[in-house]
Amino acid sequence: MATTNPELTSQPVRVPRSALSEGWKQLRTPLIYLLPALIIMMLITFYPLAFQVWMSFTDYGVIKEEGKQTLNPFGPNGTTPPNYRPAQYVGFRNYLDIVTNNPQFVARLGGNFDFWRLLAFNLWWTFSNVGFHVALGVIIAVLLNVEGLWGRKIYRAIYILPMVLPNIVVATVWRNMFDDQYGSINQLINLLITPFGFDPVQIRWFNQIQDPIPGIGLPLSYYAMLIANIWLGWPFMTIVATGALQSIPKEMYEAASIDGATGLQQFWRITLPLLRPAMVPAAMVGIVTTFNLFHVIYFMSGGGPLGRTEIMVTQAFKLINVNQLYGVAAAFSVIIALVLIPIFLITNKISRATESYDV
Amino acid sequence: MSSVTVPSRRSGSTTAGRRLKWWQQLVLQAICLFIAATVLFPVLWIVSMSLDPRNISRPTELNLIPPGASFQAYLQVLDRPTANPVTFTELAFNSLRLAGGVSAFALLIGVSAAYAFSRFKFPGRQFMMIAVLAITVLPSVATIAPLFALLNSVRISSAIMSIVLIIAGLMLLGLTIFAVAPAIRMGSAGPGNYFFGAVGLAISFGLIFSGLTPPRSEVFVLRNSLLGVGIAMVSGALPFAIWNLKGYLDTIPKELEEAAIIDGASPNQVFFQIVLPLATPALAVTGFLGFTGGWTEFFLSWQFLTDPKDFTLAMSLYNMTGQYAGQIPWSRFAAFSILLSLPVAIVYLLLQRYIIGGLTLGGVKG
Repeated sequence: MATTNPELTSQPVRVPRSALSEGWKQLRTPLIYLLPALIIMMLITFYPLAFQVWMSFTDYGVIKEEGKQTLNPFGPNGTTPPNYRPAQYVGFRNYLDIVTNNPQFVARLGGNFDFWRLLAFNLWWTFSNVGFHVALGVIIAVLLNVEGLWGRKIYRAIYILPMVLPNIVVATVWRNMFDDQYGSINQLINLLITPFGFDPVQIRWFNQIQDPIPGIGLPLSYYAMLIANIWLGWPFMTIVATGALQSIPKEMYEAASIDGATGLQQFWRITLPLLRPAMVPAAMVGIVTTFNLFHVIYFMSGGGPLGRTEIMVTQAFKLINVNQLYGVAAAFSVIIALVLIPIFLITNKISRATESYDV
Repeated sequence: MSSVTVPSRRSGSTTAGRRLKWWQQLVLQAICLFIAATVLFPVLWIVSMSLDPRNISRPTELNLIPPGASFQAYLQVLDRPTANPVTFTELAFNSLRLAGGVSAFALLIGVSAAYAFSRFKFPGRQFMMIAVLAITVLPSVATIAPLFALLNSVRISSAIMSIVLIIAGLMLLGLTIFAVAPAIRMGSAGPGNYFFGAVGLAISFGLIFSGLTPPRSEVFVLRNSLLGVGIAMVSGALPFAIWNLKGYLDTIPKELEEAAIIDGASPNQVFFQIVLPLATPALAVTGFLGFTGGWTEFFLSWQFLTDPKDFTLAMSLYNMTGQYAGQIPWSRFAAFSILLSLPVAIVYLLLQRYIIGGLTLGGVKG
């Protein structure tokens, strides 16, 4: 009855009780509602995460040097396979191998691993993408918000397309579009330049090793993926910005223009400051999403050339899928979490997402 | 033409309530058309390629409608998309079971937790909410290692597994009926109740069905099964569902519930007969987002599954892309990616309004 809902309990009903039973009474109803999710998350979310931390201190996986593996103790007919041995505690070795780029360890991964380069690329990948997303998103939203523009509804309907298609399809389609021999991007470039007497080009988007712009240590495949991901990402920002734009009262612009403000001044002094509250949380979501954007990298460049466009999550996947180093992968995942925690705390602070619900 | 009340004398592109000069209109239209062209280019390219009848392995020129366009590539893809001996239908059914099961399960469990977070104050609430939210930030790729190891160690005889599945299905069936029937009998059921009930029924029958199909091998390895992939996915999808639903429930005014409580309704009645019906759009959107996640899930299934009979659509798409494509013509790749996108794209467009509201509200502002 009503007394079980603590927020709605009327004060006079309260009879003096011990603090413990009072706490229990407060906890009982919500606990019943939370219990299924709590049990399941304990089992399949939090326990594996704890297990991951334990794994990160072991040599879990395939140990090539010994010809052994720790993954599968189940042989045929209930016997233990001869190459099985239990995982051994190795202390902080996995972590040290990763952050110091231990040459032996790097050689085992194929020689292209460099943790600090990877981390720097991942951060640069994130901020360059989100920067473009937000800037383009705001500009296009403002453009579409111009009163009197013909076909606004049609444009809005077209511009939502990149959001509607699954990421995985977008990534694979762009991979094929940037194909050096048959891709439509190269064909389009040739279509545009051959009439002017240039020779047809065959840009090797994903394999070219020397940097297109000297001095900036970014391979061509970064730019290809940047284009694809800009295509993928700006519509979301446009939608967020459109929502915020439509809540700006027209009177503000009218007052500004009476005071003699030009269009550009109005954009900088009215539009942008009033878009900020909506764009900052959206940008934070974009940062976390782009930081972890597995599909685009894995399906387009696959981390190439020479592992220079690898990001943390694709590297973590390869540590398992290719190298079968589960212990190292676990340590790597812990490091990913350590990188993401500050980002998460900032997001949380900005969006005040876990604040309690008060009306 | 509607009457223009505000005199149109202001300059600049952000001002509202005026008519554009012809050259402004021209410039803006050119920009808009250019953006539309960049957006449409990949889409048109893939559509035109999928219609190519010549079965050429690679495209060599750009054309909007290839000569003699036909749906041949679609038919070939539906018959046998990759080198593996599985049909499109089998792949799609696997993806469907995975995506449907994961999203339905996460929804069912998530909505009650979201209700608790949204409507009750209790000790430890803030801590638990931060724990749930923190999980949604962690990439699910980063939990493959422990999930693989743990699920790999769950091995039971297939016969026992079938029995377990049937019992679980029956229990869920009973639970669903118990949860939904009272509202329907009393005539106060809203779409939320029906949705909830339908989802529960679908999973129960799915479980019973998989329990009744004869097992393929003697030992059931949880890791090497769609169920295992599903469990691994729920570990990430459930926190997301809780968070998204909590954000939506926060926006539902409490007055209705308070009135019901004054009328003597129990918290359970409030939840099933007031909150669930009101939360129908949020349930649909969260379910759909979970479904899309499962429908396009790649790395877990790629790492876990070994039997081609278990493979999903997303795994096959990877097999058809770039250097992995081998001899598969790109027209088939194009047809396949369109078939993969269509269901989610159509539902996305239908739910667009709610999804965008949910993304900007539940995910961000809380």
